[in-house]
Amino acid sequence: MQPFTTLSAVVVPLPMANVDTDQIIPARFMRKSRAEGYGDYLLRDVRFDEQGQPRGGIALDDTAYAGAQIMVAGRNFGGGSSREAAVYALVDFGLRCVIAPSFGDIFTNNAVKNGLLPARVDDEAARRLIAAAETQPGRSITVDLPSQTIDLDGHKLPFDVLPNHKTQLIEGRDDVDLTLRHRQEIADWVALDRARRPWALPNSQ
Amino acid sequence: MTTGRPLTLFDKLWRSHDILEEDEDHILLWIDRHFVHEGSFHAFDKLRARQGKVARPDLTFAIADHYVPTRQRQKGAADPDVARMIDQLAENAADHRLQMFGLDDPRQGIVHVVGPEQGLTLPGLSIVCGDSHTATHGAFGALAFGIGASDVSHVLATQTLWQRRPKPMRITVEGDLADGIGAKDVILSIIARIGANGAAGHAVEYAGSTIRDLSMAGRMTLCNMTIEAGARFGMVAPDETTFAYLAVRPYAPDGSLYERAVEDWRLLTSDDGAEFDAEIALDAAEIAPIVTWGISPEDALPITGSVPTPASATSEEQGRHLELALDYMDLKPGAPLKSIAIDHVFIGSCTNARIEDLRSAASVLSGRRARVPGLVSPGSQAVKRQAEEEGLDRIFTSAGLEWVDSGCSMCVSMNGDIVPPGVRCASTTNRNFRGRQGPGARTHLMSPAMVAAAAVAGHLTDVRPMLAERGGK
Repeated sequence: MQPFTTLSAVVVPLPMANVDTDQIIPARFMRKSRAEGYGDYLLRDVRFDEQGQPRGGIALDDTAYAGAQIMVAGRNFGGGSSREAAVYALVDFGLRCVIAPSFGDIFTNNAVKNGLLPARVDDEAARRLIAAAETQPGRSITVDLPSQTIDLDGHKLPFDVLPNHKTQLIEGRDDVDLTLRHRQEIADWVALDRARRPWALPNSQ
Repeated sequence: MTTGRPLTLFDKLWRSHDILEEDEDHILLWIDRHFVHEGSFHAFDKLRARQGKVARPDLTFAIADHYVPTRQRQKGAADPDVARMIDQLAENAADHRLQMFGLDDPRQGIVHVVGPEQGLTLPGLSIVCGDSHTATHGAFGALAFGIGASDVSHVLATQTLWQRRPKPMRITVEGDLADGIGAKDVILSIIARIGANGAAGHAVEYAGSTIRDLSMAGRMTLCNMTIEAGARFGMVAPDETTFAYLAVRPYAPDGSLYERAVEDWRLLTSDDGAEFDAEIALDAAEIAPIVTWGISPEDALPITGSVPTPASATSEEQGRHLELALDYMDLKPGAPLKSIAIDHVFIGSCTNARIEDLRSAASVLSGRRARVPGLVSPGSQAVKRQAEEEGLDRIFTSAGLEWVDSGCSMCVSMNGDIVPPGVRCASTTNRNFRGRQGPGARTHLMSPAMVAAAAVAGHLTDVRPMLAERGGK
């Protein structure tokens, strides 16, 4: 996983609240292999009508925002279904950071596992960032993870990220390797637990 | 417990699974049960990529539900892509020697119905699944939560998971629910009040006399939709209702082990004086039958209400949401909710397809005809057999509805059971998101009894007068 420290990139606005993971990737695309890439399915039905024609008015499809790596959205981004494919769609599209006033809990976990930074800002900062992205299409901003700030024309807007997520993103670390280093402690715990909760195993019938 | 501090149910569950703490945000939890389904293929691919093995096949159960056909099952899935999803799960289960409840298994059904039904779900366990509705199992006093594919892969490889401790929240509901009002109305009322992310970062315990009086099915409906309020964990302290439910389940402990388990399970309650980070109280007497009108579960109102007007928005963002919702749902601001005509109904899903739910819908439909077509998909094949023994299938088919096999079906529309574009569906499911039941589909969420009433009326309607005609049942 690519570590995340500082990112200066084009910011694309998605000024909508409650963009759930069903919107981010409609279920019918989720049987595809990840190797095929999920970027084309990002917000598919928000961006395109049933005939596959662009609906228009969506900044993601405006060439002025080409190459955007940062998205700024409304409240409760990524709520709903636990589908990690929603993060695959964002990442495969080229995004590395989503800024919003709040996120779905499962979505934030999934995002961090894939190197995508979920940056939580207050409502006012979200409004300013959306306005900046809308009035100056194609403009860049800088997101600095160590200092947890977003630089907008010299104004430093603070953002929140969970401490464990921050470490994971900066180190780009693999959880399974970390866990396997604790193999003995886990085995000891399991042995004790077996005596403590003898009923916890499935009845083998 | 060594400390004297009063603990919440959540604290007790968390502590009994805490293997070690790297720091307060990075706690390694033991996982007692792991359910996988067709959508878990990404996680198996990740495991394969690191040449890993499933650490505890005896604690991992594969259940086909998301993509399974509900019609003409013996012919298999109509679409080869869908068939491949089911085959892939069977292959992964065989490769890793997992117990599999596949398409032909009489125990097959929706994972959140089957787990409890088979006694795989128990109080005091930690339970995960790559599905956000895993909180359903919290109804038994379990620590149950949904995870994404990377976490599924981690659990497969280690039977553990790194987690940050959520904050305990308690939602207390006191009093008696009126006839025709049930757990679905309670949870939709809660979501309408606190919002679709009102409980984010929290683990919710449902308490109070109203909750105690709910059946296990009702408690599961409640915990199931906790994620629709933003929290991954929902739970109810186990009690005699829970123990009685589990006394007869195949995978649950039996004999002296069951006795010992019940002794331990009785301790799984929040201590007097335990502190919660947030508390919310509702009065059962104020809860009416609820329907959603918009595109988020928080867009929910009593059936006696009207479609909101954009002028009622309290912020620019809410105004935009209202406009988007009204446009997508094709609704007139200010129109009475009861005037909304429907085209279709769906009774099913992990939220509301247990035998109690089917009985509730059937009690309204009995001797009546549906004015619109619709699908009834039981929560499991076991529920289906039970319903057929009770004659409920004949009530549904006589009313003009289709009676099919069990799966996630039209709740998530991955198996081909789709609500066509522009079609308005009254549904017992959990999400009214845009496109959830199919591209362009319009979903109104409500209880099984309310869906049955809407089917009979042809429009959203209050089920209470229909029940009153039956003598207040």
